[in-house]
Amino acid sequence: MSTEGIVIAGAAETDEVGRLPQHSTLSLHLEAARNALADAGMTKDDIDGIATVGTPGPIQVAHALGITPSWLDGTGVGGSSFLFHVRHAAAAIRAGLCTTVLITHGESGRSRVGAGRFGLGADSLMGQFELPYGVVGPPSTFTLTALRYMKETGLTHEQLAEVAVAQRRWAHLNPRAMYRDLITVDDVLASRLVAYPFHLLECCLVTDGGGALVVTSRERSRRDPVHLLGAGEAMDAPMISQMEDFTTSKGFRLSGEAAFAEAGISHDDVDHLMVYDAFAHVPIYGLEDLGFVKRGEAGAFIAEGHTSPGGRLPLNTNGGGLSYTHTGMYGMFAIQEAVRQLRGEAAAQVPGVEVSVVLGNGGMFASAATLVLANRLP
Amino acid sequence: MKAVPKPTPDTQPFWDGTAAGELRIQRCRTCERRYFYPRPSCPHCGSGAVEWVRASGRASLYSYVINHRPAPGFEEGGPYAIAVVELEEGVRMMTNIVNTEITPENLPLDLALKVVFERRGDVHVPLFEPAGGAA
Repeated sequence: MSTEGIVIAGAAETDEVGRLPQHSTLSLHLEAARNALADAGMTKDDIDGIATVGTPGPIQVAHALGITPSWLDGTGVGGSSFLFHVRHAAAAIRAGLCTTVLITHGESGRSRVGAGRFGLGADSLMGQFELPYGVVGPPSTFTLTALRYMKETGLTHEQLAEVAVAQRRWAHLNPRAMYRDLITVDDVLASRLVAYPFHLLECCLVTDGGGALVVTSRERSRRDPVHLLGAGEAMDAPMISQMEDFTTSKGFRLSGEAAFAEAGISHDDVDHLMVYDAFAHVPIYGLEDLGFVKRGEAGAFIAEGHTSPGGRLPLNTNGGGLSYTHTGMYGMFAIQEAVRQLRGEAAAQVPGVEVSVVLGNGGMFASAATLVLANRLP
Repeated sequence: MKAVPKPTPDTQPFWDGTAAGELRIQRCRTCERRYFYPRPSCPHCGSGAVEWVRASGRASLYSYVINHRPAPGFEEGGPYAIAVVELEEGVRMMTNIVNTEITPENLPLDLALKVVFERRGDVHVPLFEPAGGAA
């Protein structure tokens, strides 16, 4: 057990998420950090470890906060990075490298204030073997696997649309969600095509915001902690064209298996699930690759309402990247919602959540990490 | 203008191939397996003894999207197919499907394809068209 005795002792998002053109990327990190420290009942002087993704990176964030860490982690593997940071922080704390780690995310994804630049050189592998074919970011690459999945499993266009419909039901209950009006399958299929088979409402938002976590040992926690029961990390391919199998995510499978094994839980123990949803097909892969349903069953499972409010496996209960917020690296927000559900503080609170699983994706199925969180010890 | 790939020493033989009208992939001399994208180490067995071989240029349509938000240089001609094709030799690569009407009905998965080359600056980019000829 690499996670034994490790807890999330503080968690918070920025005051607002959405359109925040008055906030720089750095200020989003700092606001989230201050909020998480306050939530933990701690100050910056309690922090001796820092983990975040560039831009602006751990040195800038720690320096701006006035923290002198004895442990730094700049693992940047896309939107799942913050789940990696939690796992790495747990190992570092258990190894005695530091005692209390602050993990921050801030991204001016929509307004692009003080944000890093996109773009890869023409001599990079993507520059040579993907960009010449007119790809325009994730909407035209992450989506590439879906038609093969649909052919192999029989998933229908209507079932794909149901993912967006189900998540909007959760967003409808969440005042912080960017889009809250209930939608139908017809609404989704009538929204404009972005990259067939994906319509606009099957693609995530692009927003500004941030979040932060305080990870420490149980003894150092100053509030009702969220226990890290297990974690796993994995990868597939650096380019979507080289993903091993377009119908299943190797990263989802391997990270999920590792996290479940470490936690010693079965699927029946899971009360609440967060699956990174940059696009509508990703929760379908997540449900299957984590083993909640069999291959080819996730579309019907969602369409039948099992992941919607009142369903037996509440999924993406903040509304997800499709309806709540998606700054670009959404993984932090998936963790935040799991923590809220475990504390009983969520906007769309599910009764009696004791175990929550968070699956994060990075890049286009390139990296993946899974966390098993609980508000009680097994 | 469409993005133009810039070769590196690792990839130069691939782009030399496309300029000569050949689609080249790599083959490991130790384990004899083929792979793509270009790199100087076999991903199957770890050997550095790798060589370039000519692929047949025959492929099948593995998956695709029809992109409605064009990249620079792709504004003309309407939505276009960004595809991943599986070469007869078993490796996959991204490409565009050309010389056929770009509609879902016209592009069933597993459609037989063959390579064609489009000049792009100093480089020739491999594209694929239906093997049965233009529709």
